[in-house]
Amino acid sequence: MTDALFAQLIGTCSAAMLLSAVLLVWRRAQAAALPLISLQGLALAGLVAVLGLKQHSPELLGVAVLVLAFKAVVLPLVLVRSSRGERGGAPLINTATSLIAMAALTAIAYAVSAPMASLGTGPTIQAIPVGIALVLYGFLLLVTGRHAIVQLVGFLVIDNGTSTVAFLSSGGVPIIVELGVVLDVLLVILILYVLTGRIRSEFGATDLDDLTELRD
Amino acid sequence: MDLLLITPLAVCVALGLITALARQAWLNRLSGVLAAAVVLASGLAISTQVLAGHTLTALGGLLRADALTAFMLTAIGAVGLTATWGGLAARDVVKRGAYAYPVLLVGFLLAMSLAVLADNLGILWIAIEATTITTAFLVGHHRTRQALEAAWKYVILGSVGVAIALLGIVLLYSATVAAGSPTLSWVSLMHSGGTLDHGLVKMAAGLTLLGFATKAGLAPMHSWLPDAHSQAPAEVSGLMSGVLLSVAFYGILRVQAITNQVLGPTLMRSLLIAGALLSIAQAGALIMRQRDLKRMLAYSSIEHMGIIALGAAIGGPLAIGAALLHMLGHGLAKSSIFVASGRILAADGTTKIAQLRSLLARRPAVAAPFLVAMLALLGMPPFALFFTEVTIIVAGFQRGLGWVTGAAVALLLVAFIGLAHHSADLLFGGREAAAEEADIDRSWHGPRVPLIAALAVTAMLGFVAGPTADLIARAAQLLGTGQ
Repeated sequence: MTDALFAQLIGTCSAAMLLSAVLLVWRRAQAAALPLISLQGLALAGLVAVLGLKQHSPELLGVAVLVLAFKAVVLPLVLVRSSRGERGGAPLINTATSLIAMAALTAIAYAVSAPMASLGTGPTIQAIPVGIALVLYGFLLLVTGRHAIVQLVGFLVIDNGTSTVAFLSSGGVPIIVELGVVLDVLLVILILYVLTGRIRSEFGATDLDDLTELRD
Repeated sequence: MDLLLITPLAVCVALGLITALARQAWLNRLSGVLAAAVVLASGLAISTQVLAGHTLTALGGLLRADALTAFMLTAIGAVGLTATWGGLAARDVVKRGAYAYPVLLVGFLLAMSLAVLADNLGILWIAIEATTITTAFLVGHHRTRQALEAAWKYVILGSVGVAIALLGIVLLYSATVAAGSPTLSWVSLMHSGGTLDHGLVKMAAGLTLLGFATKAGLAPMHSWLPDAHSQAPAEVSGLMSGVLLSVAFYGILRVQAITNQVLGPTLMRSLLIAGALLSIAQAGALIMRQRDLKRMLAYSSIEHMGIIALGAAIGGPLAIGAALLHMLGHGLAKSSIFVASGRILAADGTTKIAQLRSLLARRPAVAAPFLVAMLALLGMPPFALFFTEVTIIVAGFQRGLGWVTGAAVALLLVAFIGLAHHSADLLFGGREAAAEEADIDRSWHGPRVPLIAALAVTAMLGFVAGPTADLIARAAQLLGTGQ
């Protein structure tokens, strides 16, 4: 693979991740969230595959398949099941404010990524702020989403962002750690899925505004 | 020797599987106790090996035991045994999901043991995340609205908080990649500390501290804690409060040691001081106006984590050693008092302080261990927490953190007054309403041995010498290098 093509592919994949995250925050409707999360997983898998091809690493290509299976297929499917029959709740802030907040968060992501310059100057290092931005968008979703499913999506976006930083900055953490992290995330999502079901049967909806019985 | 490290993990896995498959009622009851006993025995065995000068490794270096590991594993076993054995009586009341419950309990002990045995920050992270996974349904076990709400908040805040720590660990790993020796092993990181990029380590340290602090219950990331601890069954509250918080703090201690090697102590010290003072202040303010017994105990845990964080911030062998001993003493006393409050809840049907009152007169056998454990938590001599708190305060003044330590003492006083006031109300309040002699309930409502043993150990820990003191001194030495 030539360097120019490599840089282009890395750019395309990270742009797709960023775009899907922006659309996720912009369009809070659940029907739109699921393909977007799937697209983000696909872009992450593509990113890992490109890295694997560039470094001629069969291990990374294996990880790419793993990422594809979990983040583009399995996790979105769990989300589909847990959000069945739900309508989207209005977020705490309106769309315009969300988009302005995202612009600010993106700027912050680039600012705090300054120490990464010590890692080198390649196209992968230059794309790291995308991962940081995804983490920050995830927090935005978590904080402003009043709906259980939106918080689930936020958690997934944070996890995707962390993985992006890991792959871009170091070519991925050791495989045993990667496997453990994927398993943990899957289990957390499954637990949240079960809890969403229980909350719905107990409270009638998964509007988190109802969760106010415990306070001081 | 390698087998010693694998034993607690393998036994927990086996016990969990057998409990899940065999579905025997007695196994259901006892598997948690057995797992905790095995963890305690392994902890003690590893401690003797470590004291004999050996460092144990297994699975190609993924597992490793030094003095700190041995101490933490022993603490997990001891607190686990107190909580699970003491909680046996309350378990009989538990009906729904009866088969999942013991399996998750064993899994919880397994995850905590793995966290302290792993010599890899990635595995440590996975294990701490696994504690959230195993305890999620334990917290929501009662399936009431409150329990569901607590479980949801706990899983979201716990996993998101810990996700921040993962980002920090990833950055630390990329710093080692850039330095030419990719590793997540704590030992290697301690050796290669000097070659890492300062900017990256600074960012990594801050994120990791923030993430693990969420799980350790330090303010301002503590908001899941009072909900989860008040809604979980008593033994789970005891385990979470007594040892899970400490295991998360163990992660902070390891990262702090690495960061201190690279950057010097200033960064972690200032972050930990902020967390410590905020935690103690917040806990004191909310204990003062608390009306629920279990929530009050949860805030007391936040206060004690603040004290431990203060010890870690002060640094040096004296303060770190005291902080470690504080973890064990607090764990034993807190798990005992949660078990006792579980029995109070089972007997009286409420944890509202106003509705309990004159407990010592009405139910002396349940109230007595509660009173003794509360005295320990208040930091009264002869209990270990008295000596560790005094040591941390003295070390604080010695190491030039007089103002911070003074402020912490003033804030601790508020928490002390609140706890003492509510406990006095609970135990002695409303004497005129005390029952007739015939109505006095002298039953222990469960096994008495674990509570007596745990509180006796807490009382004696302060006077330790010999192997225990040696182990703590060695663990503090490991963490104290570079300060």
